[in-house]
Amino acid sequence: MTTSTLVVKDLTLRGFRFRENLGRWDVKYSPYLFISPFFILFGLVGLFPLLYTGWVSLHAWDLLGGQGKWTGFDNFAFVLQQRQFWIALRNTLSIFLLSAVPQLIAATAIAAALDSNLRNKTFWRMSVLLPFVVMPVAVTLIFGSMFGERYGLVNRTLGDIGLGPIRWHTDPLSSHIAIATMVNFRWTGYNALILLAGMQAISRDLYEAATIDGAGWVSRFFRVTLPQLRPTIIFVIITATIGGLQIFDEPRLYDQNGLGGEDQQWMTMTIYLYKLGWPQLNFGRAAAVAWLLFLVIVAIGLINLAITRRIATNEGRTA
Amino acid sequence: MSVLSAFNRRRAEARIAQRPGALVYGFLTFILVASVFPFYWSFLIGSGDAGTLSDTSMSWIPGANFFANARSVIDNESVNFWRALGNSIVVSAVVSASVVFFATLAGFAFAKGRFTGQKGLLVFVIGTMCVPTQLSVVPLFIAMSAFGWTGTLGAVILPGLVTAFGVFWMTQYIAQALPDELVEAGRIDGASMFRTFWHIALPAARPAAAMLGLFTFIMSWTNFFWPFIVLNQTNPTLPVALATLQANYFVDYSIVLAGVLLATVPLLILFIFAGRQLVEGIMRGAVKG
Repeated sequence: MTTSTLVVKDLTLRGFRFRENLGRWDVKYSPYLFISPFFILFGLVGLFPLLYTGWVSLHAWDLLGGQGKWTGFDNFAFVLQQRQFWIALRNTLSIFLLSAVPQLIAATAIAAALDSNLRNKTFWRMSVLLPFVVMPVAVTLIFGSMFGERYGLVNRTLGDIGLGPIRWHTDPLSSHIAIATMVNFRWTGYNALILLAGMQAISRDLYEAATIDGAGWVSRFFRVTLPQLRPTIIFVIITATIGGLQIFDEPRLYDQNGLGGEDQQWMTMTIYLYKLGWPQLNFGRAAAVAWLLFLVIVAIGLINLAITRRIATNEGRTA
Repeated sequence: MSVLSAFNRRRAEARIAQRPGALVYGFLTFILVASVFPFYWSFLIGSGDAGTLSDTSMSWIPGANFFANARSVIDNESVNFWRALGNSIVVSAVVSASVVFFATLAGFAFAKGRFTGQKGLLVFVIGTMCVPTQLSVVPLFIAMSAFGWTGTLGAVILPGLVTAFGVFWMTQYIAQALPDELVEAGRIDGASMFRTFWHIALPAARPAAAMLGLFTFIMSWTNFFWPFIVLNQTNPTLPVALATLQANYFVDYSIVLAGVLLATVPLLILFIFAGRQLVEGIMRGAVKG
């Protein structure tokens, strides 16, 4: 064997080893590279703003002057002392309950209907999802024209059957019902499809066993479907909570001024945040509201969890 | 299994498989009418004139003014309709293409890679879905002003380039749809991780990617809060332009609702062609979620 072939052999060997190492690095480190865009973007537009919101909330801060002096929890104290803040909290929770509860019940009923052995399944499923493609801004303008106090379709129809005009843009509760209707229009069908998917994942053997035991469709629904559906229901409730408590589009376009009504009848937390931040240019206070809103969402989330867990243990006991 | 129980079982099966009665169809028809009615109402008012909404003897047959009203929307200079339409198309297309690419890439890594901290990082991704967007609006706006990006499409596109939902969704799909053997075969053939992704994972993930793209497109098209804050009237997206239209014509709902229809028609067309996939996508995502 000559030296040259040895050298060549050595080189190719080294080449192999290099490629092998490269391959190993590739397998080991490429995944980090592949997931990095999410983490970089989240750092930029999620995590950094989150911490920065905390920082801003502890300062006097306006759009033109930028960072002012350190004010500690003054912004929080100020916001918490405002009547407007508590009204906003009340409105947000009221609209949330008025949309979440009826929506969940209606969505479950629709899902149960869609779960039966229908002809033209796809057609019915698509028909309930249709409202989802309408942007909330458009939904609000459409329903806003129906909920007029004097000429609205709703009041006229109520008048025809002898019920008296409801002041949709004056009474807090009425305005909340109107806004909740808009939310429900867009999201009920969407949630019905999610619940339907949960229903279809339930083993048909359970239904068969229940039927053999003589259960009609009502008791099948309450004894088999609902308990089996709990994880899906929890999922729907959590997403509805996070989205619902941040509501902005509908109350913003419910009248021309967009600040939640003359007496803040439908001013939500996010409208209040917007009002402090943009027309008033007080970012410190707006940031404080943002953090308080986050705390409210966490609190409601925990309450939901406690309730669902309680239901779970109760049913465990009866079973 | 005894004859009797087999008989019972078959009878139970038959009872469950029964076609539903008129009650179920009636209920679903009612829901269908409720879904469609607002569209019809918009067209009814949008094809009338300024007085239609307040006319107590209003007819349920559409008027003849839809195109004239649409013209008023388009010609309204402060609404900037064509610009808004173009911007909405650009933003939604760029955002959904980017989300699909980066989410599939990350989903492939989470589903088929083996690396330290994999599980923890995935849990972190899912956790970020619970952080409300409103929380970051103030500092994001301060940052965009500092960079001089307010009023530009970049300010709307950047925060949406990849989403936690997308990453989670693609991870779930690739984990069950792409066999490990296929990934290994690619590696034995000497393909790099990226080539394996490009030639094996991406084609295999196509159905889920299409659904994610569709979903992201709709979410982006209908998004209002952040574009409303960071953009202005001269360079709006469609929802922002509709808000301007409302402030302009607070009396004339015939023009406002004609504008609403113009802004909704593109997604309506998309829904007619891809609604079936959208239904499937939402249902499939739900089971895994």
